[in-house]
Amino acid sequence: MSGGQLRAAATVVGLSIQEGVRKRVFLAVLLLTAAFLALYALGAHFAFRDVEGFAAGETKILDAHAFTGAVIFGLAMFATLFLGAVLAVFLTLGVVRGDAESGLLQPIVVRPIGRTTMLVGRFAGAALLSAAYVLIVYFTACAITSVTGDWTPDHLLTPALGLALAVAIIAALSLLASTILSVTAQGIVVFMVFGAGLTAGLLAQIGQAINSDSLHTIGRVASWTLPFEGLYTASLHALISGTSGLTGVVLELGPFGASEPASAGLIAWAFAYLVAVISLAAFVFSRRDL
Amino acid sequence: MAEPVLAVRELHKRYGSQEALAGVDLEVGAGQLVGLLGPNGAGKSTLTKIACGLVRPSGGGVEVLGRPAGSPEARAALGYLAELFRFPGWCTAEELLRFHQRLSGSAGGEAERRELLALVDLSEAAEKRIEAMSKGMQQRLGVAQALVGSPRLLLLDEPTSALDPVGRRIVRELLEELRRRGVAVLLNSHLLSEVELVCDHVAIIAGGRLVKAGTPEGLAGPAAVEVETGSGVKTFEGAGREDAPQIVAELVAGGESVYRVEVRHSSLEDVYLDAVGGQTG
Repeated sequence: MSGGQLRAAATVVGLSIQEGVRKRVFLAVLLLTAAFLALYALGAHFAFRDVEGFAAGETKILDAHAFTGAVIFGLAMFATLFLGAVLAVFLTLGVVRGDAESGLLQPIVVRPIGRTTMLVGRFAGAALLSAAYVLIVYFTACAITSVTGDWTPDHLLTPALGLALAVAIIAALSLLASTILSVTAQGIVVFMVFGAGLTAGLLAQIGQAINSDSLHTIGRVASWTLPFEGLYTASLHALISGTSGLTGVVLELGPFGASEPASAGLIAWAFAYLVAVISLAAFVFSRRDL
Repeated sequence: MAEPVLAVRELHKRYGSQEALAGVDLEVGAGQLVGLLGPNGAGKSTLTKIACGLVRPSGGGVEVLGRPAGSPEARAALGYLAELFRFPGWCTAEELLRFHQRLSGSAGGEAERRELLALVDLSEAAEKRIEAMSKGMQQRLGVAQALVGSPRLLLLDEPTSALDPVGRRIVRELLEELRRRGVAVLLNSHLLSEVELVCDHVAIIAGGRLVKAGTPEGLAGPAAVEVETGSGVKTFEGAGREDAPQIVAELVAGGESVYRVEVRHSSLEDVYLDAVGGQTG
């Protein structure tokens, strides 16, 4: 990519971010996020208070405090991923076919930047904004958990980066869908794919719980096919990877059941997947008459 | 002869079984203002879109300043306003032009933005959000956007469709100014009177083929000589100015009194209707 193309790509990234934050829907997302965090703070406060009363005087074979912190923060991570996915889809909604049909795309594409640069710029803008959003919500939830229950995850940064990469993958998938599908179909398909990824993770978890290798394998293959799920479960694992004893065992029975550490293979696969999806989107876009 | 700014050679485009363009040849030179006419679905927009790289041709080719249409060099040399376009409603006119300056690599800065807004009479609306502008203002802003980076070729697809008479006049004067600056313009329009007023060359497309081309004056040839005589008005179809003296002489020799002689020309509308054979999209 030449210097001129890089500058043009940076301009498109800037446009994507500006467009995202200046739309009214973004304000709605911020308000909903604030509401979620407020409710989370309230829930965390009562959860920690009640578990203290419940566990008082008992023999401490189970660290109820750590258990509560991990479970509620794990749920907060799910909510963070979900909200990040909503934002990623919203930011990439209709950016190719939808914008071409409304006449928004043509004045940009006829400029010397070229279609691939335009597409990469749109992706980078959406991915950066979604990732930044996810990191802010993650660390805010983390701070709330620390203040209300004096609990912090075993690894602080790794899960955050895993979530950020997961939403970048969702943004890429949504961008690919936008090159083929109409706006409504794009939204529906991407959320169905997102749901399928999470269901695959659930299958793997059930497979582990009932000791079914087949189910576990199916779940694992499916979650690698949609690596945002693999990254999410790896992020969950990083929350409790240092928790041992009965607490660790009990946590393994819950939402952390099928979680596995983020291997170098998963990270490399996630980046390769991202590049492949963007390349496919660029190829489809380059063949499209506008 | 100087290299044409836009050269269309044997251009074909098929959409499935439908042939949108069936071998069109067309040239636009520097400072030339060419009007592209034709019924809906004739292939005018397809030709314009191929010229700016939005649509891939099925055969033949288009060159902009000797470079294949759609190449970065060709795109850098042109400005384009689509028939159906939209700009982000949240940004202002000033922001939109700045954005396009960055995309086109224009170093014109604020002076260029100010000049372009003045050219389309939008200086007062520089800080106005696009969503708050009328359709006519947006169309004039679209023309200004197409002029960012001082393109050598301007492709305008129905640029005045949403404009009131004042807006049309602004665009017409702008086109004349561009001609003086040596910019080549391909104007795709349904408004025959406008094309007749500003264009120095007209190309009529019907059914994907170029059916007539020439200067508006050349195309609109003599239609008839009308003579008012003592026994009524006589019309001599197909006769021109040079035939008038003989017609009058013969009438007088035949004992008629001649009160008025008028040479009638066919309008561009007559030429157009004759060329497209009454087709409409």
